[in-house]
Amino acid sequence: MALSPLLRASVGLRRAPLHASLRRLATSAPSELKRTGLHDFHVENGAKMVPFAGYSMPLAYGDVGQVASHQHVRTDAGLFDVGHMVQSNFRGPTATGFLEWLTPSSLSSLKPYTSTLSVLLNERGGIIDDTVITKHAEDAFYVVTNAGRRERDLEWFKQRLAEWNAGEHAANGPVEMEVLENWGLVALQGPKAASYLQALTAYDLTQLTFGKSAFVPIEGFNLHVARGGYTGEDGFEISIPPAHTVEVATLLSKSPVQLTGLGARDSLRLEAGMCLYGSDLDEDTTPLEAGLGWVIGKGRKESGVFIGAEGLRAQLKEGVPKRRVGLVVQGAPARGGAKIFDPATEQQIGTVTSGIPSPTLGQNIAMGYIKSGGGWQKKGAQVAVEVRGKMREAKVVGMPFVPAKYFRGV
Amino acid sequence: MQSILRGARPASVLRAQIARPRVPRAVLLSRTLVTKRYTVEHEAVEYDDATGLGMVCITDHAQSSLGDVVFVELPAVGTTVEKGDQIGAVESVKAASDIYAPVSGTIEAVNEELSGQPGLLNKSPEEKGWLCKIKMSKPEEMEELMTEEAYQDSWA
Repeated sequence: MALSPLLRASVGLRRAPLHASLRRLATSAPSELKRTGLHDFHVENGAKMVPFAGYSMPLAYGDVGQVASHQHVRTDAGLFDVGHMVQSNFRGPTATGFLEWLTPSSLSSLKPYTSTLSVLLNERGGIIDDTVITKHAEDAFYVVTNAGRRERDLEWFKQRLAEWNAGEHAANGPVEMEVLENWGLVALQGPKAASYLQALTAYDLTQLTFGKSAFVPIEGFNLHVARGGYTGEDGFEISIPPAHTVEVATLLSKSPVQLTGLGARDSLRLEAGMCLYGSDLDEDTTPLEAGLGWVIGKGRKESGVFIGAEGLRAQLKEGVPKRRVGLVVQGAPARGGAKIFDPATEQQIGTVTSGIPSPTLGQNIAMGYIKSGGGWQKKGAQVAVEVRGKMREAKVVGMPFVPAKYFRGV
Repeated sequence: MQSILRGARPASVLRAQIARPRVPRAVLLSRTLVTKRYTVEHEAVEYDDATGLGMVCITDHAQSSLGDVVFVELPAVGTTVEKGDQIGAVESVKAASDIYAPVSGTIEAVNEELSGQPGLLNKSPEEKGWLCKIKMSKPEEMEELMTEEAYQDSWA
């Protein structure tokens, strides 16, 4: 899953004068910010709260630095509040057909209680949002979308639903959307996540492999648990009814689990090669350009009927004008907005969309888009990235930067 | 947070004057006066009038707000800078913060320790984690900067 574009504005991935960075990191958040059900829980646990996607969210907790917090998720486990994200249910006899119209995914062939990364596309094939869709049955889906895209997504769903339900598809009954307002959503991530959660449930978690979900009894609560996450580690995303969110979060955040904020969330997802909507994805970028062509279902590339299909087919035929690549940058970390150049001609060939000094690798990693033709998108290609007016050597590398450690079975 | 130099040195000079009022004038003239001033960019410069050098650092408040510093980029020794020029950057995992020359002059030295140990900026931002020393061409620019009290008030 993806964080929202506002991370850039509120947490500051780009270059800025020190005073501007500090202002953005200020602890006092405007009062109009929304709060997740865990807001007071975060404050009680020493969180530094920052504005993010219209919510007041924890950046970090207590004295735990971002690097230590990041490493803790890689070596032990961390708990993230992702309750700002939008959780929705889609139900109705043609729910599969409706969501296959809105996305390029093959949802009819998806097994029940299985999730897939997908994208909502505009008419041109540009990405409105990235999303994780979980199929419970042909007529029941659970969909998680980005907080930063809430208004755009909900309006899009509303309009397309009205269109769908007014047509012949709805002869046997309409498709309905229910937004799970104020529900909790937490992500338990890291190599110790499974053993920690297993101690709280009789459900055999070895049955719940990566991409699967189930209602799992956890200390008296029956919670929707999806195996996966946004860190590249093994882990779970757990949906919680509003009344129990604090209690469940308390249960899930005892040693060795550490509460983990947005700062580490961003560095973990970038090491895992995952996109952040608003930085790495936008409405002018197609899934083919973003390297997410694999979300397009088998058989749907050629003949699938979905919004944006024509745009994707044109690109499949003629090729993409740009492509997302991974970069390792020498000398200084390149951040979003840094220009990528052909070192031979010093012509600009692309732009960095996210970049950090990787806590795990000790190298400056980045992702960005490079235009097609010229061979710069190939692994091993040497390019240059401009940071603070100087050209820095950079090499195109495969992603993820840190190998994923998903649980695919014993 | 307060510098040892600022706290201790003027006081000891004062004590010396009181205890030994007939110290030869030449000795008094050779004393150094160290002043420290702050900028809105959360930098500090400590000016030693004996050497004409201004030692530039980020403030303790800045380091604690930025979190773990993992990379520092410093200017090349010998570079001539004008007050306000961007001369480097301090980077945490999440953000890059530009460093500006708080005063004009020539970069006389940079803190080489920071390339191997950027964490010094968190441990000792205003002493061991100093960034660079500028041979000041306009020492009067110090007067345009904030006193410690004014700086503390500016963000508190």
